Amino acid sequence: MRSSVACMIELEGLTKRYGGKLAVDNLTFTVRPGVVTGFLGPNGAGKSTTMRMMLGLDRPTAGDVRIDGRHYDRLTDPLKYIGALLDAKAVHGGRSAHNHLLCLAQSNGIPARRVHEVLDAVGLTAVARKKAKGFSYGMGQRLGIAAALLGDPQILMFDEPVNGLDPEGIHWIRHLMKSLAAQGRTVFVSSHLMSEMALTADHLVVIGQGRLLADTSMAGFIAQNSRSYVRIRTPQRERLLDVLHEAGITAVESGSGVLEIDGGKPERIGELAAQHHIVLHELSPQQASLEEAFMQLTAESVEYHAHTDTPARPWGADWQKGD
Amino acid sequence: MSTPQSPMPQAAPPNWQAAAGPSHPGYTSPIPVVRTHLGHALASEWTKIRSVRSTMWTLGVFVLLVVGIGLLAGAAIAANASDGDLNGENPLSFGFFGLLLGSMCVITLGVLTTASEYGTGMIRTTMVACPSRGRVLTAKAIVFFAVAFVVTLVSASLVAVAQVGMLDGAREPSGAEWFKGTVGVSLYIALLGLLSLVVGSIIRHSAGAITIMIGLVLAPLVIALFMFSESLSDLRQALFEYSIPNQLSVFYSNSLTDSGPSGWDPLWIALGVTAVAFAGAYALLQKRDV
Ligand SMILES: Nc1ncnc2c1ncn2[C@@H]1O[C@H](COP(=O)(O)OP(=O)(O)OP(=O)(O)O)[C@@H](O)[C@H]1O
Ligand SMILES: [Mg+2]
Repeated sequence: MRSSVACMIELEGLTKRYGGKLAVDNLTFTVRPGVVTGFLGPNGAGKSTTMRMMLGLDRPTAGDVRIDGRHYDRLTDPLKYIGALLDAKAVHGGRSAHNHLLCLAQSNGIPARRVHEVLDAVGLTAVARKKAKGFSYGMGQRLGIAAALLGDPQILMFDEPVNGLDPEGIHWIRHLMKSLAAQGRTVFVSSHLMSEMALTADHLVVIGQGRLLADTSMAGFIAQNSRSYVRIRTPQRERLLDVLHEAGITAVESGSGVLEIDGGKPERIGELAAQHHIVLHELSPQQASLEEAFMQLTAESVEYHAHTDTPARPWGADWQKGD
Repeated sequence: MSTPQSPMPQAAPPNWQAAAGPSHPGYTSPIPVVRTHLGHALASEWTKIRSVRSTMWTLGVFVLLVVGIGLLAGAAIAANASDGDLNGENPLSFGFFGLLLGSMCVITLGVLTTASEYGTGMIRTTMVACPSRGRVLTAKAIVFFAVAFVVTLVSASLVAVAQVGMLDGAREPSGAEWFKGTVGVSLYIALLGLLSLVVGSIIRHSAGAITIMIGLVLAPLVIALFMFSESLSDLRQALFEYSIPNQLSVFYSNSLTDSGPSGWDPLWIALGVTAVAFAGAYALLQKRDV
C-alpha cells in the first residue's frame, strides 16, 4: 500500500566508503513531495554516490536510505515509484530508443503504449527507431528523461540534468521539473550550479566532501545569503567618508580605493555627494550572487581546486631565461 | 552523421491525468500496479538480446561456420574416400570441426550478454528497473541458453542430415548416436555459452572474459602438446582427455583417447562447472556495487 509517507526519500546516517576514501559521510535528510529539492555540492562532493545508494546500486557502508518507508530492492515495481536519470549515459548504444524503453517497460509490467507516450513527451518520436549511439548529448539526456518518466513515478531523481543541454533544452527541463513537483511528485535534482538551482528548486540540500552543509528552503537561503550593497569610487575618499559618517551611513573599504555600503540606497548617496560637491567616479548597486554564497559555504570542502592564484606566465617564459 | 536534429520538445509538461485522489500529498499514477516476477525480466531480456546487432552477427557467423564447414567436410570426405574407408565410421562425427570453431561465436555472445552492459553503463538502468539482481542474472541465463540451444540444434541437425545423406560408405547411426550428435552437442555448446555469460558477469569486461573463455577451450590441448617430459605423462593425458575439444568429440564417440570421459560425462562436467560458476557470480552480484 502507498501509505501516508508516500513519495518520501529518507536518509539516515548514510555513509559510503570506497577503500580509504569517505565519499558520503553520515548524511541525514528527507526529500519531500510536492517540491523540487536541489542537491548541491562541488565536484566530488558525493552527490552521484548518494543517488546511487538511493537506487540500490551501491551498498551503503553504514546507515540507511528508504523510499516510501522501504528499501529500494523491496519495491516490486520500482519504475512506478522512482524514475531516475543518472549522470553517465546508461544506455546500450546499439539499441534503438524505442527498444531501450521497451525492455525497461517490460521489466516492470508497464504497457508498451507508454513507450510512445514518453518518447512523444520528450520529443524523440522522430528518432525512436534510431540507435542511441548516434544521439547527440542532448538527445541522450532526453532519452534518459523518457526512461525516468516511463512508469509515471511519484519520485523523480535527476543527476545533473542540464549538463550539456542547449538553452532551449535547459528551459524545457526546468519547466518539466517544476510541473512534475506541482503535480505532487517528489523531485530530487543534483547540480553544482547554485544559480541554476535558484531558478528551479524550492528546497536546498548542500553537501561538501560527503558531509551535510545545509538543509534549508531556497527562500531562506536567498534571504540569508544574498547581500545587496552600493559600490563607490571617488578621488575625494576622506571627504565622502566624513559626509557619510555624519549622515549615519557606514561604509567599508574593500581595497584599491573602493567603498562598499551594505544595504545602502544609491539615490541617497548620490544626492549627499552632490550637496557636498564630491566627485564620484562610480556609484553602482550590487548584488552578491548566490554562487558566491554557495562557494563560501563549501569553501573548505572543495577538493579539486584549479590554481587560479598563480598568475599566467607568457609562453616560453622559462626557456627565454636561457639558463 | 545522418542523425536528425533533436526535434523540438513539446512545451507542455507531461500531464497524464491529474492525481485521482487527494487523500495524501503524493502523486497517484493511473498506471496499474503489478507485482513483477521472473516473467517480466524474461520478456525484458528477450527484447534486449534480439534488439542488438551483435546477436545477429555472432549467431549468423555461428550458423555459417557450423553449416559451411560441416557440408564442406562431408563433401570432401565423400569425394576422396574409396570404398571401405568409412566402414564403421559414424557419419555424424564430421560435424565436429564446424561446431568447435562455431563455439567461439557462442562464447562471444554469452560474454556480451552480461559484460557489455557493464561496458555501456546499461547495467545501472537495468538494475534500477529490476533491483532483484539474482532475477536479472537468471533471466539473462534462461533467455541466452534457450537461444543458443535452439540455434545450435537447428544447425547441427541440418549438418547431420546432410552428412548422413552424402556419406554412403558410412554406417547408419543408431538412435542414441543421433540424439547425442544433435541434442547432446547442442546442450553442451549452449552450456559452454552459459558459462561464458557467467564469467562475463564476474569479470564485467567483454574482452577479458572472451579471452579467458577461449583460453579455457584451447589452452589445455595446447599445453598438453608441449609437455614432452616423461614424468608429466599422466598430467598430459588428463589435459588431453578433459580438454573441451576432446570432450566435444565424445558426443560423436570418437574421443582422441580411450580412457577419460565417455558417454554423457562431458555434459555433466560442464553442468557442474557452470553451476558452481553461476553460484559464485550470483553471490558476487549480491555483494558488489553495480
Ligand atoms: N566507484 C567508486 N570507487 C572509488 N571511488 C569513488 C567511486 N565512486 C565515487 N568515488 C569517489 O567518491 C567521491 C564522490 O564522488 P561522486 O561522483 O559521488 O561526486 P559528485 O558529487 O557526483 O561529483 P560531480 O559533481 O563531479 O558529479 C569522489 O571523490 C570519487 O572519486
Ligand atoms: Mg556526479
